[in-house]
Amino acid sequence: MLGSLTGLGGGVVIVPLLTLVFGVDIRYAIGASLVSVIATSSGAAAAYLREGYSNMRVGMFLEIATTIGALSGAFIAGYISTAKIAVIFGVVLLYSAYASLRTRHDSSVGLPADRLATFLKLDGSYPAAGADGSQKLAPVDGSAAERRWYHVRNVPAGFSLMYVAGVLSGLLGIGSGAVKVLAMDQAMKLPFKVSTTTSNFMIGVTAAASAGIYLHRGYIDPGLALPVVLGVLGGALTGALILPGAKVRTLRIVFGTVIAALGVQMIFDGLKGKL
Amino acid sequence: MAQGTKPNDQQFEVFLGHLLRTGVLIAALIVFTGGLWFLAHSSGARKDYRTFHGVPAELSHVPQIVHGAVAWQPLAVIQFGILVLIATPVSRVLFSMLGFALERDWMYVLITAIVLALLLYSLISPSAG
Repeated sequence: MLGSLTGLGGGVVIVPLLTLVFGVDIRYAIGASLVSVIATSSGAAAAYLREGYSNMRVGMFLEIATTIGALSGAFIAGYISTAKIAVIFGVVLLYSAYASLRTRHDSSVGLPADRLATFLKLDGSYPAAGADGSQKLAPVDGSAAERRWYHVRNVPAGFSLMYVAGVLSGLLGIGSGAVKVLAMDQAMKLPFKVSTTTSNFMIGVTAAASAGIYLHRGYIDPGLALPVVLGVLGGALTGALILPGAKVRTLRIVFGTVIAALGVQMIFDGLKGKL
Repeated sequence: MAQGTKPNDQQFEVFLGHLLRTGVLIAALIVFTGGLWFLAHSSGARKDYRTFHGVPAELSHVPQIVHGAVAWQPLAVIQFGILVLIATPVSRVLFSMLGFALERDWMYVLITAIVLALLLYSLISPSAG
């Protein structure tokens, strides 16, 4: 539920929880986490899509980069030690904590069009009603008068960052929501709500790409996946219902602090060779 | 130009959202059923997850999982539910491709087809592991 509220995948919580608290081998933890990431993404999608923020073309185009990244990440994971994976995981947790605590501002309005983005038809619009903090849902017909238009920038930079996000997702079994939002928010200058909801869509597809490989490798154990799926699903459905609420900022601070602490612990245990 | 999110797109997205949620609910139901059955039949011996052994082949490859689920083996049923879950984003990509085809946006049909091919490669190809 925390994951769906902050736009990050639930994986950043599941892997440390299973490894540090329950002593599960990190490979099983990564398998279970991927399953949770897919459940979070698909479970929350219905609510996100109805609001009309997500940009399908941006998502699908960048999905090429993330799926290739996820396949390479899952491939690399088979060849490096679990201690190294734990340390990388810890570093990513620290970054995610930093990213979720940092304040963001929309800088996308009024930027000139980008030639590559125009060629790829990436520019889009979002319901203006929700952008100023009001909770009114956009009408489904989405008439142009109520929508705010934006241009997409820096397509190559965003695409490269998405490849990195995919590698991390495939290597660590997480959604890499923080890196995805970085790519769309900071590099491509998409409005905040657009990048969060589009990232939710992409997380599921990216995780599905690595889940196939992990399944073949025997990392996805039915006994572990069972509680994870049921727990995450309940959380994701309730999380998406209260997303428009105003207390997200507080949640971010709590969530950021927790994952920063988990990150330090993962690096520490990884270096000591305990994981 | 600048027609990224047409009204058409949005109705289609609402449909996709429902499709995804239905997929996830069906998956959860299958996992839950298999789980109840597994708990009812298990001897109570807990599996050790501290050391990694890997899941046996009959639970880690798509044809074997389907075969086991049809034969009503509890663990295979859970694993089949996980497969349904993995299939929900894949089906979303597939339906997006159809949506782009209906809009005659061939560039995006191609882009979506590439994503779909990568996903199917990871799920089906045994060498991908």
